[in-house]
Amino acid sequence: MPIIHIDNKPYEVKEGKNLLEACLSLGLNLPYFCWHPALGSVGACRQCAVKVFKDEDDKKGRIVMSCMEPVKDNLRMSVDDSDAKSFREHVIGWLMTNHPHDCAVCDEGGSCHLQDMTVMTGHAYRDYRFTKRTYSNQYLGPFLNHEMNRCIQCYRCVRFYKDFAGGKDLDVFAAHNHVYFGRQQDGTLESEFSGNLAEICPTGVFTDKTLKEHYTRKWDMTSAPSVCQGCGLGCNIIAGERYGTVRQITNRFNGDVNGYFLCDRGRYGYEFVNSKDRIKAPMVRHSPAEGSNGIPLMQHIRSKIVSKKVIGIGSPRASLESNFVLKQLVGADNFYLGVSAADHSLVSLALKILQQGPVRAASLQEAAAADAVLILGEDVTNTAPMLALSVRQAVRRIPVEQAINNVHVPAWQDAAVREAVQDSKGPLYILNVLETKLDELAKGAYHTAPDNIARIGFGVSHLLSDKMPEVTGMSDQGKAIAQEIATTLKNAKNPLIIAGYGSGSEAVIKAAANVAWALHDLGIDAMLTFTVPECNSMGLEMLGGHRLDTAMDQVLHDAVDTAIILENDLYRRLNHHTANHFFKSIKDIILLDHLYNPTAEKATVLLPAGTFAESDGTLVNNESRAQRFFQVFTPGTDVQESWRWLLQAGVATGNASLAGLVHLDDVVSAIARTCKVFAGIDTLTPGAGFRIAGQKIPREPHRYSGRTAMQADVNVSEPKPPEDSDTALSFTMEGYRGTPPSAMIPFFWSPGWNSVQSVNKFQVETGGALRDGNPGKRLIAPNVNGHTPFFTQVPEPFLPLAGHLLLVPLHHIYGSEELSVHTPGIAERMPAPYIMLHSEDAKRFQVAEGYLLHFIENGHHYTLPVIINDTLQQGAAGIPVGLPNMEIAEAPQLIKI
Amino acid sequence: MLSLVRSMWLIFLHMFHKRETFQYPEQKAPLPARWRGRIALTRDPDGGERCVGCYLCAAACPVDCISLQATEDESGRRYPEFFRINFSRCIFCGFCEEACPTYAIQLLPDYEMAEYNRQNLVYEKEDLLINSEGKYPGYNYYNIAGLAIKGKDKGEAQDEEPPVDVKSLIP
Ligand code: SF4
Ligand code: SF4
Ligand code: SF4
Ligand code: SF4
Ligand code: FES
Repeated sequence: MPIIHIDNKPYEVKEGKNLLEACLSLGLNLPYFCWHPALGSVGACRQCAVKVFKDEDDKKGRIVMSCMEPVKDNLRMSVDDSDAKSFREHVIGWLMTNHPHDCAVCDEGGSCHLQDMTVMTGHAYRDYRFTKRTYSNQYLGPFLNHEMNRCIQCYRCVRFYKDFAGGKDLDVFAAHNHVYFGRQQDGTLESEFSGNLAEICPTGVFTDKTLKEHYTRKWDMTSAPSVCQGCGLGCNIIAGERYGTVRQITNRFNGDVNGYFLCDRGRYGYEFVNSKDRIKAPMVRHSPAEGSNGIPLMQHIRSKIVSKKVIGIGSPRASLESNFVLKQLVGADNFYLGVSAADHSLVSLALKILQQGPVRAASLQEAAAADAVLILGEDVTNTAPMLALSVRQAVRRIPVEQAINNVHVPAWQDAAVREAVQDSKGPLYILNVLETKLDELAKGAYHTAPDNIARIGFGVSHLLSDKMPEVTGMSDQGKAIAQEIATTLKNAKNPLIIAGYGSGSEAVIKAAANVAWALHDLGIDAMLTFTVPECNSMGLEMLGGHRLDTAMDQVLHDAVDTAIILENDLYRRLNHHTANHFFKSIKDIILLDHLYNPTAEKATVLLPAGTFAESDGTLVNNESRAQRFFQVFTPGTDVQESWRWLLQAGVATGNASLAGLVHLDDVVSAIARTCKVFAGIDTLTPGAGFRIAGQKIPREPHRYSGRTAMQADVNVSEPKPPEDSDTALSFTMEGYRGTPPSAMIPFFWSPGWNSVQSVNKFQVETGGALRDGNPGKRLIAPNVNGHTPFFTQVPEPFLPLAGHLLLVPLHHIYGSEELSVHTPGIAERMPAPYIMLHSEDAKRFQVAEGYLLHFIENGHHYTLPVIINDTLQQGAAGIPVGLPNMEIAEAPQLIKI
Repeated sequence: MLSLVRSMWLIFLHMFHKRETFQYPEQKAPLPARWRGRIALTRDPDGGERCVGCYLCAAACPVDCISLQATEDESGRRYPEFFRINFSRCIFCGFCEEACPTYAIQLLPDYEMAEYNRQNLVYEKEDLLINSEGKYPGYNYYNIAGLAIKGKDKGEAQDEEPPVDVKSLIP
């Protein structure tokens, strides 16, 4: 490792880095703006100036931009040199000549990188007395606020939005000192990753609009490390609360999962926590539990459970702890997984493949480093958004490598690398029922029905492995596609195969497994990613339980008195008729959930369950990574974790298997003890007894304000602050001020670094892993025993059937997820229900765009407006799943028109 | 001995000095304008609320006795939805006034705030907001800030150029 001398002190630094990265990794405070660990350097802002000396005798030196200068052995440089310092101070001074007098009304204030850097350079007084340039702002949609006056022209926004995330509608306009960062005209930013601008922009130009609705400074929030509930990827988030409502979601860096970014569903989908539809108090037969006949709530529950036939229905959006306690409460024989038949089959198949096959699941960061990608039947931008961002990086891997080798520039030289790469892309093939946003990057993108996608996948694996049978009756085009994909994958070093719940087809998932396994047999380090529908789909499946349709059979045979339903709206899992039937046939329903929903209307006992913000728990993501999320605040109502309600029910009913379980740690270790698959989840985070220097880790920053006034309107004597008996975090500002364990970072802050850029201080090196390792633990290891359990049953080709349509599921990032649609901004961007047809089919059924198509499925009438799209295969019809009011729980399925 | 007599003589002389003791409450002490007493929220010259809900006073307060929630009205002006000071905690240090970027919060020369009931020392915005500019007449934050509000568009604040025409080709 090279040695560099900074201010005459020798330091060992990593080869291949630039001086800025080296200094920051060493913990030195060196101001910068345009460099970003995920975006590299362009040398645009001139803020990171340092002095470099020729040799020991050189006293004069020269000023260079540290972000553009590679580390060299024996290099001598100075950060503290007075010329370099005054240069940096002047750069800030010039940036500030046009800066508005705005901090007081700027939502960035208190977490502003520009503020931090201004203080760091020592530029304290504005001595420029002339006029300021101003700009007009734009309307950018429901997620971001625009205030162009605050711009310092660092170019980070466009570099992220266009170059990194592939957005098309944000750019830089005009010239010289008039450059403008915005859209060509007012309008909603289209990218699914637009929210990251609020964190990428070092100033208050782009700020979170939902935060503005209930604005709170960073220092005033009670925050906790949490995990996104928006999809199955499990991105790490920080959730902040003030005055009893969640105010903001920000990224929590995890070098194995989401890195520095989040998608907009994850960032903005939190507002259901503050919804007025929240269930806040226990209800018995739709009236408050206290009032009902003077019988204590738990006695009600007891009477519904003891010596009754009880079933429990788990949930893929509830924590592992809650599902586990329910399973123990009702007994494994009576525990059903509250997911639709299709989801159950798909997720259990994906799990089986990961457990029994020799190929590992890729993390999001591993996916971003793949050198060839094959996507089967997934529109990842809509089913697992952050995976799309990873794929966007993966297609750059080969061209970037070539550029580095051919032009000899380091990878962080972003502008030079992009210049060398131009438009060249690594191999990406997409087979999906419809066009997707990633098609623009693909070497080949083909659109056909799920079974035909699977057949091409089987065809590819046949070409790769002689253990796979030939796919008969394939068209010439299909053969050519399979050949092209097989050749490409064979030449890759780390190919990634993506499939999942998106197409709704088991055959597609099997095809993906076959391809990955065949590559593995060829000695190629292939990876698999299966998307799963919800935040704990995988955890629930690993916990195991019966299928929901068998619960229906049980109920219809009149063998069930009470069903305990955990955080679930069964109207989203069963079709309308079956669900109605189910509820009619059961005497008592005990529901634990967050929001009033159609299932809540049927409940005899309704228990207010804590959302992620009011709960501690564990989720398992699509790659089987178990991750802990922590309670953000105490709700001050009866709301509590589902597992706690169920433990109390266990005490009331004298359940032996739950005896002695009280706190989170008890439940977690019970899970680790009883279920072999979850071994090790008790070590995800330190337990409740953990202390650093005898102290807990505070959820509130030391600048937290107002604690002797916030509740003074109720009572001037402050109540005792709530205590957290479940975890080593405290609900106050008292506690250990240094770096907490990586899985328990409630907010990123470091002296002098108030903005999110402070994450540098928590990493082993800039952009690297968090100090004591990235949090989370992968529960499944690939099963490498020399045997590859190929699926050899080739599906039949899909052919249009007279008078019928095959409904194929279409997913929407805004709308298909149950809880995030409670955010007004997300609801605004949600499509209206529709049915999508090929124009030939439209002719066949005598409808046109905008007409209403009527059909009956399982006795239920549906009327949906028609959208025409000719990329859809004839005979198939696209149906948006999960939208409120769509009412179709099952796709794909064949319907009669 | 001599010093004893001298002291008695000096004390005797004091009988003819002007009295320092004020006969409070009949008689009140004159206070300097910068006396740090009762805290008030002042108004702009145009009568609007000065406070923009920036939370700086709350953060500066060493006893954390200020709490507020910022919000925005139709004209784009920010103001506190509620603003509460718990005077039973306040130590009248004046840090809030020093932190305030808008001259909204001011400590006034008035100390008569005693209450029998401690709860009455919790002041809400209605109790704090006065119809005056206080010690800093003429100052209007929005005349200086770059944020546009109704009646003051971009480029209309002090020392501002008209907004850049992004589509112009003139160098
Ligand atoms: S961007 Fe930063 S420095 Fe500029 S007004 Fe906002 S908080 Fe202040
Ligand atoms: S808008 Fe923000 S990120 Fe973009 S150039 Fe300006 S300061 Fe930089
Ligand atoms: S990709 Fe999924 S887990 Fe990640 S932020 Fe988006 S919704 Fe959340
Ligand atoms: S510092 Fe001034 S403007 Fe800011 S919240 Fe306090 S009183 Fe209002
Ligand atoms: S960070 Fe080095 S020039 Fe901007």
